[in-house]
Parts: sequence; C-alpha cells; structure tokens
Amino acid sequence: MNEAWQQALSRVPELLAAHVQISVSALALAMLICLPLAIWAARSPRVAAVTLTIASLIQTIPGLALLALFYPLLLGVSALIGGGISAFGFLPALLALTLYALLPILRNAVTGLTGVDPAAQEAADGLGMTGSQKLYYVEAPLAAPTIMAGIRTAAVWTIGAATLSTTVGQPSLGDLIFAGLQTQNWTLVLAGCLFSAALAISVDLLLGLIERGIRERRRIWAWAGLAMIAAGLLVATLPLMIARDNIVVIGAKGFSEQYILARLIGSRLEEAGYAVRYRDGLGSAVVYQALSEGDVDVYVDYSGTIWTNQMQRSDNLPKAEMLEAIAQWSSHSHGVKMLGALGFENTYAFAVRPEDARAKSLRTLDDLARVSSDFNFGTDVEFLERPEWQMVRDAYPIRFKNARSFSPTFMYPALVSGEVDVISAFSSDGRIAANGLVVLADPKGAVPSYEAILLLAPARAGDQKFVAAINPLIDAITVDNMREANYMVDREGDKKTPRQAARWLNEKLRE
Amino acid sequence: MPVSGPSIRLKNISRHYGNVCAVDGVSLDIAAGSMVALVGLSGSGKSTLLKMMNRLVEPDGGEIIIGADPVDSVDPHILRRRIGYVFQNIGLFPHMTIARNIAIGLELAGETEGRRERIAELLELVELPQEMASRMPDQLSGGQQQRVGVARALATRPGLMLMDEPFGALDPVTRDSLTDQYKALHQRLGLTTIIVTHDMAEALYLADRILVMEAGRIRADATPAELVSGNVGEEAEALVAIPRAQAAHLIALGNKS
Repeated sequence: MNEAWQQALSRVPELLAAHVQISVSALALAMLICLPLAIWAARSPRVAAVTLTIASLIQTIPGLALLALFYPLLLGVSALIGGGISAFGFLPALLALTLYALLPILRNAVTGLTGVDPAAQEAADGLGMTGSQKLYYVEAPLAAPTIMAGIRTAAVWTIGAATLSTTVGQPSLGDLIFAGLQTQNWTLVLAGCLFSAALAISVDLLLGLIERGIRERRRIWAWAGLAMIAAGLLVATLPLMIARDNIVVIGAKGFSEQYILARLIGSRLEEAGYAVRYRDGLGSAVVYQALSEGDVDVYVDYSGTIWTNQMQRSDNLPKAEMLEAIAQWSSHSHGVKMLGALGFENTYAFAVRPEDARAKSLRTLDDLARVSSDFNFGTDVEFLERPEWQMVRDAYPIRFKNARSFSPTFMYPALVSGEVDVISAFSSDGRIAANGLVVLADPKGAVPSYEAILLLAPARAGDQKFVAAINPLIDAITVDNMREANYMVDREGDKKTPRQAARWLNEKLRE
Repeated sequence: MPVSGPSIRLKNISRHYGNVCAVDGVSLDIAAGSMVALVGLSGSGKSTLLKMMNRLVEPDGGEIIIGADPVDSVDPHILRRRIGYVFQNIGLFPHMTIARNIAIGLELAGETEGRRERIAELLELVELPQEMASRMPDQLSGGQQQRVGVARALATRPGLMLMDEPFGALDPVTRDSLTDQYKALHQRLGLTTIIVTHDMAEALYLADRILVMEAGRIRADATPAELVSGNVGEEAEALVAIPRAQAAHLIALGNKS
C-alpha cells in the first residue's frame, strides 16, 4: 500500500465514526417525527395530504442547499434567543439530514398503515379493540414491513447525503471527498466514496434482514439484524468515545493552500504535545463564526475576506492599517485573537496568457479594461458575487464579453487552452508561475489586501504554550515558498500530499 | 342447557348514507335464545341493521337495547367485547398463530388464567384438531379459518352472536357442515344468534325466525314453516321460490331414475 492510501485510511476511522453518528442521529430523529405523524395521517386523509406535500417539497431542495440554508437560519434563531445555538457542525447537519429523511419514512408508514387489510381492521373493531389496541395488535405489526422498507430507503439516502455535511463543519466521510476533489487527490475521493458506499450497503443489507424477518415472521432474523446493527454502531462510534480532552481543532477552507497551512499548524502543535483534529473544506462564512464560538481553535484567513465579509467594509486602507483595524475589531467584537500575518498575500489577481500580454501590451487593469469587451472571463464560483468584484468594476471600466465559473482546478487549464482569456487567479497559486501567466497590476489599489493572517479562538488567546508553538509562523512564509508548496499539491505529476508540502514549507520558514 | 343469550329490542332504528336510506325506521323484538335470520337482496339494509347492534355502524335515530341496557350506555369497545362477531371475510390476524387469534379477546380483557385450556376447549368446540393451535392462518383452508373465526368470537363467552354472511364464501360442502355444526353450538350454548344471509335455503334450515328485508324495511317476519307455506308477501315468496324450485327439480330427477 502506498503512502496516499495509508494517509487516506488513517483518517477513515474517525470520519466514519462521525459519519455514523450524524446519520444515525438524523435517522432516529426522522423516525421520532414521522411515526407519530404517520399514525395521525393514517386516520385523517387531510393530515396525510398536508404532511406528505411538505415532505415532498423538502425533498425537491438539493441536499447541499438545504444544508447551506440551515446555517443562516440557525444564526438568526441564535441571535433571536440571545445566542447559545451553534450554527456550525452537528446541529445544522442533523436538521438538514433529518428533513431529508422524512419523506420515505412518512410515505411508507402512511401507505403501510392505510393499507392494512380491511378484514383485519373489521375483526379488530368487532372484537372490541380500542384505537391504541388496534394500532398495537394489528395495524403496526401488519404495516411494519412497509414501514421498515421506508426506513431502509431513508437510511441509504441519509448516509449518502451525510457526505455533504462537511460543508457546514460536521466531520463526515465527505471530508475525504471534498479535500480530494480540491487537491485532485483521487485516492482520497475514492476512499471517501468507498467507505460511505460500503456503510450504506451494509446498513441496507442489515435493515433488509430485519425487514424480511418481520415480513416472514421470523423473529430470529429481525433480532439478528438488530443485534448486528447495534454491534456495528458500537464499533463504528468507538473512536468518538475515547476520551479526548483538549483536542485542538484546526479549520481550513476548501483549497490546497488552506490544507497545507492547517497541516503546518497542526504538525507544530502536535510537536508541542497537543492532540489535533482537522476540519477541512469549511465555507468562508462558516469558519470565522466557528472560530469565534470555539468550535474551531485556529485557522488561517485573509485580511480582505475579514474586511469585506465580516466587517462589511467597502473602503480600502493601506496594508498595515487594515491589519491593525482587523486585529482591533475581531478582538473587541468576538474575542478572536489575530496572532499576526504569515508574511505572504493571497489576493485576487487577474492573470492573462503571456502571448496576449505581449501582443496587446497588457500590464495593468487599465489595459484590461481597454480590451475587456473582446475578452471571456473565467472565475471561481464565488468571485462574481463578492464585493471585490464590485470594487474592481467601480475603479476600472471593465465589461467582459462573457463570464464563466470554474472550480480552481479547472480555471487554469481553461485559460491556458484559450477557452477564456483572463481569470481571477489567486496570487499565491503555484499554477500562475508554472504556466508562465502574466498577473496584471492594480495601480488604483481597488482590490483590498489579502494578507494571510493567523486567527485564534478566544479560549486559545491566552494559552502560552499554544501561542509559542505557532508564533514562529508569523512573518515566516514568503509568497514564493507558498506558491511552491501549493504547486506541489496542485500539479498533475509527482503530486505531494498537503502534509508533505507542509513538511517542506516548515523547513523553509524565514527566521 | 339454560338460555344465556340476551333479548334484543330495536325501537324505530334508522340509518342513512347520504341520500340513501339503508335502514328505515325498523322496530323489532328478538327473544332471548332465538336464532334469527336477516334475509334480503344486496343493499336491502340487512348488514347495516346487524352492525348497528354492536355499533360498528351508528344509527341516525332510534334506540337499541340488548338485555336491559341500551347499546350506547357503554363505550363501543366495551359493548363489542360482550358480543361475538363473525363475518364473511373472516379477518383472522395473519401475523398471529391460531391459538393467539382465538385468545385475542381474552388478551384484550386481561384474562390470563386458563387461557391454554380455553383455546383447547374452543378448538374442540369448532371441531378443529388441537395441533392447529400453533399454525398460522395462511396454512389453513377457508373452512378451517372460519371455524377459527367462530372460535375467536366465542372465546369470551358472549351470549349474543352477530354473524354477517359467515359461510357465504365457502364451498357448499364445507358450508353445509359448518351450518350444521353452528346450529348445534347455538342450541348447546343457549346463544342468541342473528345471522345475515342472502341464501334463503340456509335461513330456512338454520333459523327459527326469518326477517325478510327490502329497501331498509322488514317486509316479512315469519317462522320457516310459515314462509314455506306462502302467504307472507311477494318479496318473501320470491326468495323462497328459488330453493323450492331447486328442491322440486331434484325430486323430479330422483323420480326419473
């Protein structure tokens, strides 16, 4: 087994445990909601119509969107009741997955309960059963196989959809898939897919055994299936039960530089004796919130992101003043400590092909504005919605022929192959230099500065040992070294893992 | 055997389904221990009338008194536990053994003692072998299933049996023997039995009183002998004509050979 697989597999037990935990919780909650609701709906066609319509509507919302919607919703609820609800991690994932599991359970339970043989119902009434006796002795046992089939469907859906909960900060096997997609590490993607598929298949088989046991009235099968599920649950969640005091959670957004820096921070903290866990692939909006609530202990953000997204500023300040303002603001409003800047910048940089730069003499964004009506723009999925784009357009009269969104992985090849003519690259991305691309200057300073900054959760701000372990990173990373490290992970051939790149970067730290 | 079944009194009972009048102001006295057949064509209201006696159907108006008590003086499920109910579709619980099916009424009443003996006794009563107790309903023939249905209805020792075309779905041979055996049971246990049937021959054989229903009313009320002798109305005569013609045909066949 090669190193890539070893590394992927080493993360599986913990992620599998978290995956099982979130899926089972969501499924249990969905059953808790649906089964009483189904009993009510089976007795009232109107209730059945209303509840099934709502459950069907929820099902039409894409899973990723449903998860994303719970983040602002919970933030709002938390603000309403004066805080205390975490909009990050387990809770939003639980709620979204539960909603997703409602339909199959509800529909099958209603079908099962209303489909009980009328003769058995008449006999139950004729014998003098009360409503609840009828449910217990007749309806529930006869509907059980159909109800079980619904639970089975819901279980498979939930286990699959749980991979998406990575995006709201709930660890799951999706961590492997998202990280692998971002760094083009197909071993990670494959490991994530294989284990979540294997989990879904085994749960489906065991629930199928229980269903068959109920249908064919072989109790032993039903109990055997149940016992195996219980045993599996215990084994799978074992890593969660091992006492883990003082674990450091290191956050990372969803791109290579973030993975590398998280590993760099993590390796230093491990050397200092801390147990470390990574939460990769977090959204920009989610991760700062998570840090201020203590769900994440430390991560690297960029000054411009905090400036525009968190502080809602649209003006621009010189680099040093902006950093000072951010440190002040985050400390006062959330108790978050800005330890300092790492020494390099990762800003939005407009990059063009060298031949275009030569032929059309493109050096600055002013030059770009001149030719923009002939240019196709390639960008990442969020840039067109970000305030920085507005700032650029306010400063330079840029009007592109058209604009297309790519994942960062495909944005660079699109420029090189001529599909687009200019991209919103990231200035620390190794693929700029590797492809010989030309970055256009911003003489009017429209794009705010994006200094990489190290942010600490309120509870870690006063932890001397913690600060001492990562303080050497301040002002120690040059943009060239960061580019080189990023390129090791992003390039096609001789790919390195983020951990290997972090090790390399650690040796290159500026004293 | 002393009579233990109750008497029944119906006072001006009606039931409508939308605009359709299923039972139209029926008044009736049924003596304790009698076996009464409700006969009529489909839609004549005979099943509705029967089901109002154990409140599976609630009347729109009128009063039903079983023994000394109006049926609405207790909750429906309490009332039904005192009345045996057997119907055409049998309705055995497919997920329970025959023994549990028979004893379900005892289970509901919370009677735990002597349940096994009672099951054995009931199996014997309906002439089923004891080894049936551990079988599941789908392993039994239709006739055997309805025997279990009768045993289940008798388990809590009700005085009144309501039977809604109980043997209608069975083959003629099975049907005949079950009819015979039930008649004997009825007499032995001193039951009051009301049986709905559309088969006049069955009614003539079983019942000691026959009520012919049409359009929600009782058109004829007579003993089997009176019915066969005629002079009880057109509707009754039309129903009696069928078995009479069949019998005549059989006799004619016999004479030829």
